[in-house]
Amino acid sequence: MSWLEANRDYVLDMLVQHVRLSVPAIVISVVVAIVLGRVAWRWPRVGTVVLGTASLLYSVPALPLLIVIPVLLGIPLRSGLTLVVALAVYGTALLAGTAADAFRSVDGRVREAAEAMGYSRAGLFWKVDLPLAVPVLLSGVRVITVSTVSLVTIGALVGIPSLGNLLTDGFQRDIRAEIVTGVVGTMLLAVVLDVLLVVLGRLATPWRVATPTGGAR
Amino acid sequence: MNLFADALSWITDGSHWGGPGGIDHRIVQHLLVTFAAVAVAAVLALPLGILIGHTGRGRLVVVALAGAVRAVPTLGLLTLLGLALGIGLQAPLLALVALAFPSLLAGAYAGVESADRGAVDAARAVGMSEWQLVTRVEVPLGAEVILGGIRAATLQVVATATLAAYISDTGLGRYLFSGLKSRQYDEMLAGALLVAVLALVLDLTLAALQRASRPTTGKVLS
Repeated sequence: MSWLEANRDYVLDMLVQHVRLSVPAIVISVVVAIVLGRVAWRWPRVGTVVLGTASLLYSVPALPLLIVIPVLLGIPLRSGLTLVVALAVYGTALLAGTAADAFRSVDGRVREAAEAMGYSRAGLFWKVDLPLAVPVLLSGVRVITVSTVSLVTIGALVGIPSLGNLLTDGFQRDIRAEIVTGVVGTMLLAVVLDVLLVVLGRLATPWRVATPTGGAR
Repeated sequence: MNLFADALSWITDGSHWGGPGGIDHRIVQHLLVTFAAVAVAAVLALPLGILIGHTGRGRLVVVALAGAVRAVPTLGLLTLLGLALGIGLQAPLLALVALAFPSLLAGAYAGVESADRGAVDAARAVGMSEWQLVTRVEVPLGAEVILGGIRAATLQVVATATLAAYISDTGLGRYLFSGLKSRQYDEMLAGALLVAVLALVLDLTLAALQRASRPTTGKVLS
């Protein structure tokens, strides 16, 4: 605890960096995955290719990806953008399949009813498909949120500051308390974001709260 | 793109092959560490997962465990164990075993549980013992899912074995870290490409194995 008290500003600074890296990566992943999932749902044949590529990308280890991305995009190795792109690639790869499943989970009769009521294509997507896909989508978003927050720490190895710095610095200077602070801080951040997502999910699907828990699948 | 050419010529440079620290040596080392970690974790996790799947008890523990482990930053686990056990192979191996465990456990449990209930009931009805049920019905029918768990675990471990080079002189990750330290981009990128290719080859091999394990349905034994 005394280490944490003495280094509170440093830890808070790294925490802020951590949030700045993980949240944009998660948001980009969600948006791109929804687009890809929608494409995969609409055109299954294209979807097989898209989802196959995604799972292939997912099998590229994180640290090598952090070194290859700057070369491909011509950005500096130690730029936070490198990490955000790498994490967004992972997040998207992991979430695209779930997004396709989410759209498939929407009851076809509900869509037909909405169509009969005169919803436009855009209206059907924004007001029917997307809201009804939220529960399945949310389960996937929660998974990538936790893994993204944890993966941000890897950036410390190539010099992108985050709570991961506490891990590398603590290792090099043999300060166990610093590593433990980094691990616990990372996990706490993941938990906080997860809770936030659950709350957002509740707000986005008010009709599900009314049903007893047994009905929530 | 020039950097990629540099990295490729670094890889094909004969002086980087052979001897301790050579590319071939490091690939073998990387694979050995990966297989050792997955094997140790499998010996522990698969029987436990099969037991959970067979009895249907302890499911919540598996789900909670898998979630919790995903939240732990691997680098934190590695560095903590590195400090505790000193420089050497024990710390990364232990961290990798811990990393592989939940995927294997979840795969084994989900695989056994995915076995067609009708087939299990039929097997029980014709008088199979519980042991026979597990070994002749549930595990063969769940093989694809169980192998899926092994595949996921192997992929995680082969990727994370790269990080192991941060705390010990092991595997292909060494090229990444020594290249980073000395700002030798060709070496760094070469290391990155080697790990990526190794992971892809391993994943595709296991995917093929997984497909081959699909139980052949509709075929009558003669």
